[in-house]
Amino acid sequence: MELLYATVSELSEMLSSKKITSVELMKAYLNRIKTVDPKVEAFLSYNEADALAQAKASDERRASGKTLGPLDGIPVGIKDVIAVKDQSLTCASKILEPYVSPYDATVIARLRAQGAIIFGRLNMDEFAMGSSTENSVFKVTKNPWDVSRIPGGSSGGSAAALAAGELPLALGSDTGGSIRQPAALCGVVGLKPTYGLVSRYGLAAYASSLDQIGPFGRTVEDVAILLQTLAGHDSEYDSTSYPAKIPDYRASLKNRGPFKLGVPREYFGEGLDPEVKTGVMAAIDFYKKQGHEICEVSLPHTGLAIPVYYIIATAEASSNLARYDGVRYGHRSEKATDALDLYYKTRAEGFGAEVKRRIILGTYVLSSGYYDAYYLKAQKVRTLIRNDFMDAFRKVDAIIGPTSPTAAFKVGEKTDDPISMYLADIYTICVNLAGLPGISIPCGFTKSNLPVGLQLIGQPYQEDRLLAIANKFDEAHKFGLKQPTL
Amino acid sequence: MSTTAINIKHLKMLARLDLTPEEEEKFARQLGDVLEYFKELDKVDVANIEPTSHAFPLENVWQEDEAKPGFTVEEALRNAPKKRANEFVVPRVVEE
Repeated sequence: MELLYATVSELSEMLSSKKITSVELMKAYLNRIKTVDPKVEAFLSYNEADALAQAKASDERRASGKTLGPLDGIPVGIKDVIAVKDQSLTCASKILEPYVSPYDATVIARLRAQGAIIFGRLNMDEFAMGSSTENSVFKVTKNPWDVSRIPGGSSGGSAAALAAGELPLALGSDTGGSIRQPAALCGVVGLKPTYGLVSRYGLAAYASSLDQIGPFGRTVEDVAILLQTLAGHDSEYDSTSYPAKIPDYRASLKNRGPFKLGVPREYFGEGLDPEVKTGVMAAIDFYKKQGHEICEVSLPHTGLAIPVYYIIATAEASSNLARYDGVRYGHRSEKATDALDLYYKTRAEGFGAEVKRRIILGTYVLSSGYYDAYYLKAQKVRTLIRNDFMDAFRKVDAIIGPTSPTAAFKVGEKTDDPISMYLADIYTICVNLAGLPGISIPCGFTKSNLPVGLQLIGQPYQEDRLLAIANKFDEAHKFGLKQPTL
Repeated sequence: MSTTAINIKHLKMLARLDLTPEEEEKFARQLGDVLEYFKELDKVDVANIEPTSHAFPLENVWQEDEAKPGFTVEEALRNAPKKRANEFVVPRVVEE
């Protein structure tokens, strides 16, 4: 069990001192997956022979003194929304069930260059639309801390796999909280980088102005190590990739501050579960006792973030998902009578309920006569939401509060109530709308032993400072290394 | 209950997405509720506010238009649901 829950720096040390080989490590995870994944169901698929071949290649590099970096020989799980050459990419949707990626996403190419083992296809809400992973058409992933509960979403498979000790690291994607909310609910660390820090090439698009790929780990340090490989300008394939200077994220964890943290009063109002509030307040108190300055800030447009998000995200989704027409790839209806009918039937057969709901909603807000009332208005309120943060950052280094208003809820509890499900993302959505970096770190447990997540929100392209602040709490508590009983 | 009328059949056509009568009824009701919820936005004055289409600090990113190696025909057609002689096969779109 020590091996399965070891940190990346511990694993890296074990590999370099030859206490273990990468093949042995991969076999340990494969055994763990065979034991616990029938219960957790984090994986949609994985290729054992391919993983062991990558591990063997890493061991051979190491034997000949050609190790590539701190991730060499360490497996990284991939959310099933990111392209890996010659592997399936389903987005947990029937419409992409037959699809095989013809190329590597930029993040995958960067991981390969560091020698990481690219492993498995992790479950998610269909097309990353959801907060519980129940919208996957293939299986419902369970929360390792209580398998009657959801792991959060949409990157539920990534978060659950780490909490279950099936992997040390994983990639997710975050459009409205899809990395941070499952990280909070499963008790691991998840970072949504600033929009543009990590290339989106090879990420199946949901809402292009909000989507970002980001790292999952069990500690802030592990997330810093993985981010180092993911971050960087992609001038070749992503025109929304920003040429930011990439600092040494792991070295930046040593920045001791003191930092000034803002507590937004709007994040502690109605709807916040008292036990989550207690956990988050205790973490804020920890920072205060460590000599960091805590002050209240106001983000007055927080309450408008959910309507703004569901207008912008569904509008972008209805355009992005127009490509699934049954012509060039993916599912094609056998029942179509003509070309137009091919689109209607392929899409009806291929998409699940939440995806259809969002396509219809996005189509509505973009349709003639409604554009100004919904889409344009939402874009203007988006400006106000971003201005709220920029005003707050004149006073503070980061914003601190809850990641999710509740701990993990029961499977089936919210599946037929879209608005209640949408409210699960109330504290995370603003961060995507404003294009900021946000991290969720585990900050304790409820009385029924469910993890509670603390969210820290930073300034654009200042992941180094955000990680340093997050690490102050994490290195003292390391709640992400706690192991659920499975 | 919602007071916003939704022409679900028109939306189906725009989205090229067939819905069953049950889905039409359910989505019309749920979308009505969501649109009611969107009325929150009516409370805010945006008269002199510029829209934000993205929170990215750059505009108009250019790249030299150079020919580079891409997919082979086989790679491009690999995922085709139906193919013949280096082409995607689709139902007839023009009259005979």
